[in-house]
Amino acid sequence: MTDPGDALRVTAKDVVADGVVVLTLAHPSGARLADWTPGAHVDLHLPEGTTRQYSLCGDRFDAHTYRVGVLREPAGRGGSAYVHDVLAVGDTVGVGGPRNHFPLVPSERYLFVAGGIGITPLLPMVRQADLLGADWTLVYGGRRRGSMAFLDELQSHGDRVHVLPEDRHGRLDLPRWLGEPCDGVAIYCCGPGPLLDAVESACAGWPEHALRTERFVAREQGAPVRDRPFDVVLARTGATVTVGPDRTVLDAVRDAGVDVLSSCRQGTCGTCETDVLEGTPDHRDSLLGDDERAANDCMFPCVSRSCSDRLVLDL
Amino acid sequence: MTATLLPTSDADPFGPEILEDPLPFHADLRDAGPVVHLSRYDVYAMGRYEHVHAALRDWQGFQSGAGVGLSNFRTEPPWRPPSLLLESDPPRHDAPRRVLAGILAPRELRRLREGWSAVADELVDALLAAGDEFDAVPALAEAFPLRVFPDAVGIPAEGRENLLPYGDFLFNAFGPHNDLVAAAAHRAPELGAWVNARCARDVLAPDGFGARIWAAADRGEITAEQAPLVVRSLLSAGVDTTVQALATVLHALATHPEQWRRLRAAPQLARVAFDEAIRWGSPVQTFFRTATTDVRVGDTVVPDGRKILMFLASANHDPRRWTDPGAFDLSRDPSGHLGFGFGIHQCVGQHVARLEAECLLTALARRVETIEIAGPTRRHHNNTMRAWGSLPMRVG
Repeated sequence: MTDPGDALRVTAKDVVADGVVVLTLAHPSGARLADWTPGAHVDLHLPEGTTRQYSLCGDRFDAHTYRVGVLREPAGRGGSAYVHDVLAVGDTVGVGGPRNHFPLVPSERYLFVAGGIGITPLLPMVRQADLLGADWTLVYGGRRRGSMAFLDELQSHGDRVHVLPEDRHGRLDLPRWLGEPCDGVAIYCCGPGPLLDAVESACAGWPEHALRTERFVAREQGAPVRDRPFDVVLARTGATVTVGPDRTVLDAVRDAGVDVLSSCRQGTCGTCETDVLEGTPDHRDSLLGDDERAANDCMFPCVSRSCSDRLVLDL
Repeated sequence: MTATLLPTSDADPFGPEILEDPLPFHADLRDAGPVVHLSRYDVYAMGRYEHVHAALRDWQGFQSGAGVGLSNFRTEPPWRPPSLLLESDPPRHDAPRRVLAGILAPRELRRLREGWSAVADELVDALLAAGDEFDAVPALAEAFPLRVFPDAVGIPAEGRENLLPYGDFLFNAFGPHNDLVAAAAHRAPELGAWVNARCARDVLAPDGFGARIWAAADRGEITAEQAPLVVRSLLSAGVDTTVQALATVLHALATHPEQWRRLRAAPQLARVAFDEAIRWGSPVQTFFRTATTDVRVGDTVVPDGRKILMFLASANHDPRRWTDPGAFDLSRDPSGHLGFGFGIHQCVGQHVARLEAECLLTALARRVETIEIAGPTRRHHNNTMRAWGSLPMRVG
């Protein structure tokens, strides 16, 4: 049985560029982690109370670890400073997801455009495009070579990768890399807002759906993660169940005698989907999009929890 | 460490005796060890829950892309273009799976519930009006999915009866080329052509699952070449499996009157009843995987490229995992059963099957006080599915 909220342990913390660390996360028991696809991200529930979203940039063929890259943000906003300065090997963090709003679609050719830390979701995409035998190019911009992560890993891909630090090459010459609009090319761009805006402008004449972007803001979640017990009201009987930090909503509800079907217990298969009548879930599944989460009308009790003192479920 | 002798069985799990009643063979298989060599087919087999469950999750070590039947696509050509869902691995599996999982997500199916409940009510009402005895296989288990699911996909009305023999052939073809395959082989090209023609964009209703698959192709989420194969997956694995799943739950309830009474008293147990029946009766009995490297399971190494037969049905009856597994018991929590598979290849249509079962069982439970077997039942042998040919029933 997995721990509620699936807390993972930091097993490695490596500096991979100026201001960038990579965390390796694994289950404390050595259990297999939920599967993911390139472009996916996880929510990290940091011990200091914030939740941050980071792209997975490790090897999906390794079923037992996740890797995320974390850039120290210049304003020193909470989460990234905590990760850089406080989080240590051996610490545990809560993990929600993985979810994927930036999936790799099938294509004959790919153009990947990365700006700074935006390389993180593109790294597994590059590996996958290579595995598929697709024709692909990666254009990677950043402030200085020393601030650009994963250059060692990318080196094995040879001349498909173009590393273009701004201090030597200036801004990316997007028209040069894009060429003329044509069919059969998928363009993926992840990076800071100005780069995305520039790529969107440059792709104005391209076929619809050719360009897919991920606006790389490590989003803060609205409500803080709670580690205190909360109540779940079972609306059909009126019974109330208290859920402590060490158990899942699913197990608590089931112990109260309510049948809830489940299967994967990782928030990936959808079997335990349950309507929420009142309260704010702390979503940790891999299924709901941001809008669906914000609606707060359903949740997956095998992994998700509560931000409010009380949840009322249609059970 | 001393090498342990690999247990061997010369039984034929695809022979008529075991197809008729596989449970004794499954018990022998589990007792023999985590991995057993099936000498007749020179394949490895797993029957214990722990190992089948772990292997189904382990797509890295046990691939589907070399075929999920006895045939090894690394060395033998497939009889039809492989399924993009069932017979594919990451990364090629990702996009078709993502598209179909989105279309068949529980939230997406809510809009169908009211209509399907009405169809179930109408079907049961008409059946009861005709008398209190009927064969539940054609009258309910076949009739209901053939009414609702092809409509949901959006295929034209004529010829839908082809879906059942097509599904039967498909699931036979996962096994060895035995009499079951040979008997139907002459119809396979015709049935395959019929099914393929129904996957074309221009024949599909604009608001069905099929049209949504093609719309995903327009958005570039899958290719235009992949779209008809994804629609085909709905027609291949979405009808015959559900027919047999419904027959299985009807048989389970008809042979366990106390469980039927429980369901009548609490109709919200319909979903649990369905999943417990899927665990207990396992309409999908087996699937093969292929080792992608030398994979250690217990004391055995399954060599790279070898086929492993996963006995989902045996795992669903493993006493190491289930208390009194032979009992059909609605107070049991069947969560975690392997009747829909597990992991990234877990049945993408499982939520559709649950909704169909819920609608049909609820319609029956509200109208029928008792349900019982009314004559000799008949199994329909299939290499992969534990199927029913006839289930005479009497209701009161």
